Amino acid sequence: MAETKRAINELAGLERDQFPILRRDIHGKPLVYLDSAATAQKPLSVLAAEEYYYRFLNANVHRGVHTLADEATTAYEECRARVARWLVSPNQESVIITRGATSALNLIAYGWEHHLAPGDEIVLTEMEHHANHVPWIMLAKRKNLVLKYIPLTNDGRLDLSDLPALLTPRTKIVTLTQVSNVLGSINPVAEVAAAAHQIGAIVVVDAAQAVGHFPFTFEDLGADLLVFSAHKCYGPMGLGFLVGKNEMLSQLNPLEGGGEMIETVGWHDATWAEIPHRFEAGTPNVAAAAAFPAAIDLLEEIGLPRVREHEQSLVAYAWEQLSAIDGLVLYGPSDSTQRGGLISFHDPRIHPHDMAQLLDQQGVAVRAGHHCAQPLHRRLGVVATTRASFGVYTNQDDIDALIEGILFARKVFDA
Amino acid sequence: MSSGSLDSLYREVVLDHHRSPRGNRPLTEFDVEASGKNPSCGDEVTMQLKFAGETIAAIGVLSQGCAISTSSGSMLAELLTGLSVVEAERIADVFKQILHGEEIPPDVDLGDLEALAGVRQFPMRVKCALLPWVTLLDAILAQRQGRQPEPVSTESYNQDGKPMQVTLKETDHDRHA
Repeated sequence: MAETKRAINELAGLERDQFPILRRDIHGKPLVYLDSAATAQKPLSVLAAEEYYYRFLNANVHRGVHTLADEATTAYEECRARVARWLVSPNQESVIITRGATSALNLIAYGWEHHLAPGDEIVLTEMEHHANHVPWIMLAKRKNLVLKYIPLTNDGRLDLSDLPALLTPRTKIVTLTQVSNVLGSINPVAEVAAAAHQIGAIVVVDAAQAVGHFPFTFEDLGADLLVFSAHKCYGPMGLGFLVGKNEMLSQLNPLEGGGEMIETVGWHDATWAEIPHRFEAGTPNVAAAAAFPAAIDLLEEIGLPRVREHEQSLVAYAWEQLSAIDGLVLYGPSDSTQRGGLISFHDPRIHPHDMAQLLDQQGVAVRAGHHCAQPLHRRLGVVATTRASFGVYTNQDDIDALIEGILFARKVFDA
Repeated sequence: MSSGSLDSLYREVVLDHHRSPRGNRPLTEFDVEASGKNPSCGDEVTMQLKFAGETIAAIGVLSQGCAISTSSGSMLAELLTGLSVVEAERIADVFKQILHGEEIPPDVDLGDLEALAGVRQFPMRVKCALLPWVTLLDAILAQRQGRQPEPVSTESYNQDGKPMQVTLKETDHDRHA
């Protein structure tokens, strides 16, 4: 354990200085930020890059010949290229820039609609975030489709035993999260994708809790389309990505019409620009795009295998400490090799909002509620849970502060 | 930045009402039953009222939720049982005003409920404290209008970012909103 603690604190110690927000005091206590799964804090390099963009480069993209327009366009396109180098193989796959993972999922749900007929089936899982659930509910209502769900095992992993029966010739889309934002479970995406492809369905992956947390490429997953948000991996808010095979993206209709996404426009008709631009109507968040490569740089400097090792050590340590608290219920697989860097828990005698409020008074920031996964919480038999989630800056002291905070809350409640 | 301190939220009297909530049993007979729910946090309350003429003879408050919402419901039951409907509405109105920053009027005795005034320093929790009161007002209004109460919530927000005082559609309780 001493070895683990040293390893945890070594990486966090290296990175902590890069995140100025961690110097804040909350209610007179040093901030202990355990809500990185909601949004990760931003390193100085990202903050500087975003400011640099607005100070020196700001102009609209793809629209002018003046120097600033050219430089802003270069910065924007460099973000796309950086993400592509990070995640995809050139020539076969493209990167669409969106406002976030949610936007990207809505784009897919609308853009694929014309391939679907009433009675067609979409297979999801019981652990999806509302972002990868509600767009499919809306699509199903528009087109009279059937939604089916891959169930969970009791320890919060996907139960794939009935997958062959769930997948039918009518299954057109299979979509799943790579890492659950509530249970932490890392899903066997490649296995599900292979089964889905056998029956001719396309595979959509919500990688919002995966990108920036462990090493993988788009190809490793065997998926057709993948989405993630910049702000959950140390980048700015208002920026996300849809990564996809060109053959799939070419069959996807644009969701938004407007400037930038067209080739020619007449009075009564228009034709679309090439991929990726046809999916990028309107002025994008260029400043965020200009800043995001700095976040990728940080992750690559640390090395994603090391990030993963760090988060796994934190989860193992936190799981051990939390399990030692009598009566606390923990969700998801107990094996740290099977989970991402977060743990949801519940004290049956303290409502999660009271728990989070009392933790906040100790400077500890956690998420309380249903974490945008109401059906999953119903499945778990609770209305809400409390979630602690970790990043490259999280250290063992943060976990210890969480444990102390929980014990304090129990004392206040006589629980 | 919240200036609220813990002492102003989880006071002992609040925790006491949470641990042993008053009125926390279903009434065998009641005239009206209303329900309130805040889906985002899971707070739920069912409110049963038994009238004797213009007086609230008995209150059942079945709460499930955080300490703030359950203690608020418990204080409601303790405070309003035996009062007239008009007095109950006045207290509900005053409590709403207090949670939105008004002072406690000198002529109103809020009893233990005064301890919940500190919730106003925690804007995210105002909706928890208000839930039983909004549910009560809906029950009274529905009874007066001879209709079935509709489930209420306190999770809507005004444009200024403050929680709505009440989400009832047609109400004279809202004249100060």
